[in-house]
Amino acid sequence: MDSLKKMVVKRLAAGAVTVLVVSILIFVGVEALPGDPATAILGQQATPENLAALRKELKLDMPPHVRYFSWVSDVARGDLGRSLTNQRPVAEMIGWRFSNTLFLALAAATVAVPLAILLGMLAALYRESWLDKLLSISSLSAISFPEFFVGYILIAIFAVKLGILPGVASIHSGMGFGQKLLAIVLPTITLMLVVLAHMMRMTRAAIIGILTSPYIEMAKLKGVGRRRIIYHHAIPNALAPIINVVIMDLAWLVVGVVVVEVVFVYPGLGQLLVDAVSKRDLPVVQASGLIFACTYILLNLTADVLSILTNPKLRTAN
Amino acid sequence: MQFLRTLRQTTISARIGMAMVLITLLAAILAPVIAPYEEAEVVADVWLPPGDGHLLGTDQLGRDLFTRMVYGARNTIAIALLITCLAFLVGVVGGLLAATMRGWVDMLLSRIVDVVMAFPALILSLMVLSIMGASIPVLIIVISLLDATKVYRLARALAMDIEVMEFVEAARLSGEGTWWIITKEILPNALPALIAEFGLRFCFIFLFISALSFLGLGIQPPAADWGSMVRDNAGAISFDMMTPLWPAGAIAFLTIGINLVVDWFLHRSAQIRAR
Repeated sequence: MDSLKKMVVKRLAAGAVTVLVVSILIFVGVEALPGDPATAILGQQATPENLAALRKELKLDMPPHVRYFSWVSDVARGDLGRSLTNQRPVAEMIGWRFSNTLFLALAAATVAVPLAILLGMLAALYRESWLDKLLSISSLSAISFPEFFVGYILIAIFAVKLGILPGVASIHSGMGFGQKLLAIVLPTITLMLVVLAHMMRMTRAAIIGILTSPYIEMAKLKGVGRRRIIYHHAIPNALAPIINVVIMDLAWLVVGVVVVEVVFVYPGLGQLLVDAVSKRDLPVVQASGLIFACTYILLNLTADVLSILTNPKLRTAN
Repeated sequence: MQFLRTLRQTTISARIGMAMVLITLLAAILAPVIAPYEEAEVVADVWLPPGDGHLLGTDQLGRDLFTRMVYGARNTIAIALLITCLAFLVGVVGGLLAATMRGWVDMLLSRIVDVVMAFPALILSLMVLSIMGASIPVLIIVISLLDATKVYRLARALAMDIEVMEFVEAARLSGEGTWWIITKEILPNALPALIAEFGLRFCFIFLFISALSFLGLGIQPPAADWGSMVRDNAGAISFDMMTPLWPAGAIAFLTIGINLVVDWFLHRSAQIRAR
C-alpha cells in the first residue's frame, strides 16, 4: 500500500512540475517577443508619458522573475490582464466562452463514452464477425476524416438540404437548456464521431488483450460458461485500461474542440484562441492557452493516477 | 520479382489503399501537366457549378477548383513529407542515442520529451505561431519538433528491446563501436515498426497541417492548399454547393488510403515475425 501511495504522490508531483514548466514557457514565450510591448499596445503615435505610464502598469520596469511571480499571482486571483484589441478584461471574455466549450465537450462525451464502450465490447466479443469488420472499417475512416469534412457534410445535409437543424451553432445567455442543446446537435455529432472511433478501437483492443490471456484460457479449460467468463473475468479486468482511454480521449476532446468550434462558428474558447492568434492579441492567447493546457494536463494526470490505482500489476510492483 | 510477389499477396483493402495513395501522388507530381490553368489564375466567375470546362467548378475568387486541387496536393503533401522526414531524423537519432548511451543523455532527452508531450500539440503550435507569426519555416520547425517527440518515444522503446538481445551483446563483446551497433544491429531490426510509424505519422502531420491551414494559420495564400481551400470556400455550403467538400474529401481520401496500406503492412510484418 505504501509503495502505491508513493507512486501516486510521485505522479502528482510530476504533474505539478509540468504545470509550473508550462506556465514558465507560456510566460517566457510571450516575453521573448521582439520589440517593446508598451509600443505594441499603444501604437507608434503614443506620447512618451503614456508609454512610461503603461510600462509601469505592465511592470516592464521590473526584472523578469518578479514579473513572472506577479503574473502567476494575478492569474491565481483570476486577473488575466486586458485584451490588446478591445481593452476588455481577459477573464471576462474567457469565462463564458470556456463554459460553452465545456458544455459542447460534455455533450459529446455523454453520447460517445457509453456508445464507444458498448460497440468496442461487441466488436471484441464477436471478433472477425461482419459487425466487427464493419465497425473496424468505419472507425478507421472516421479517424482519417478531418473534423471539418464531417462538419461540412453534416451542415450540407441537415442544415442546407433538409433544413431541420441549425448549421451555425450560435448560443447566447437568454436561451433555455433545450434550445442550447438543439443548437449544438451538429457540432456534438462531429466531435463525437472522431472520439467515438478512437475510444471504440482502444476498448476493443483492451478486451481482446484480456480474452487471449492465460487465465481466461484456464477458465475456458475448466469449463466455465462464456457468460460468466465475460462478466466475471474479462470485463472487470478490462475496466482499468478502458477508464484510462476514456479520460485521455476526454483530454483530446477539450483540445479537439477548436476546429469544430470554428466550423460551426460556436462562441467557445477555441474560437477565441484562433481569433486572438491571428490578431496576435497576446494576453488572450496566453490566458486561453494556459487554460487549455492546464485542463489537458489535469485530465491526463487523472488518467495516470486512476490507472496506477486500478492496475493490479502496478499495485503489487516493488 | 520480389516486389511483384509481395504485391500479389496483398489483401483487397491494401490494394484499394495503394491505388488511393498512388492517384493522389500522381496528381501531386504531375500537377503542372494535369492542371488546365495556372495555380492562381482567375479564369471565370465566382463559385460556378461543375461542368462547362471546369471539372469541379470555380472557387471563391473564380479560380478553377480542379487546378487548385492538384496544386494543393503538391504543396500540402510536399510540406507534410518534409516535416515527417525531419521529425524522423531528429526522433530516431535521439531515440537510438538515448537507448544505447543511457545515463544522462537518456535522462535529459526523455525529460524534455515528457514536458513537450504534456502540452496539447495544437494549442502549443497555435501559441508559437502567434508569437513567431505564421510562416512556412516556423510551421515546419514547430511541427517537426513536436512530432519528433513521438518518434523519439517509439525509437527509444524499440531500441531498448533490441539492445538487450544476445546478438547485440555478441557484437559488443567482439568490440564493435556504438555507431556500428546502432546502424548494423539495432536499426535493421527496428525498421518494420518505424516504417509503419512513418505512414501513420505522415497522416497525422498531414491532418494537423490541414487543420492549421483551415484555421488560417498554416500555408498562406496564394499557394493552393487543401485546408485553406476548405476555409475559403466554406461559405458556398449555404448556397447548396459542394465546393469545400472536394478539398476536405481529398484529405480524407489520402489519409484513408495510407491507413489501409499501413494496416496491411503491420499485419504482414506481425505474421513474418510469428513464422
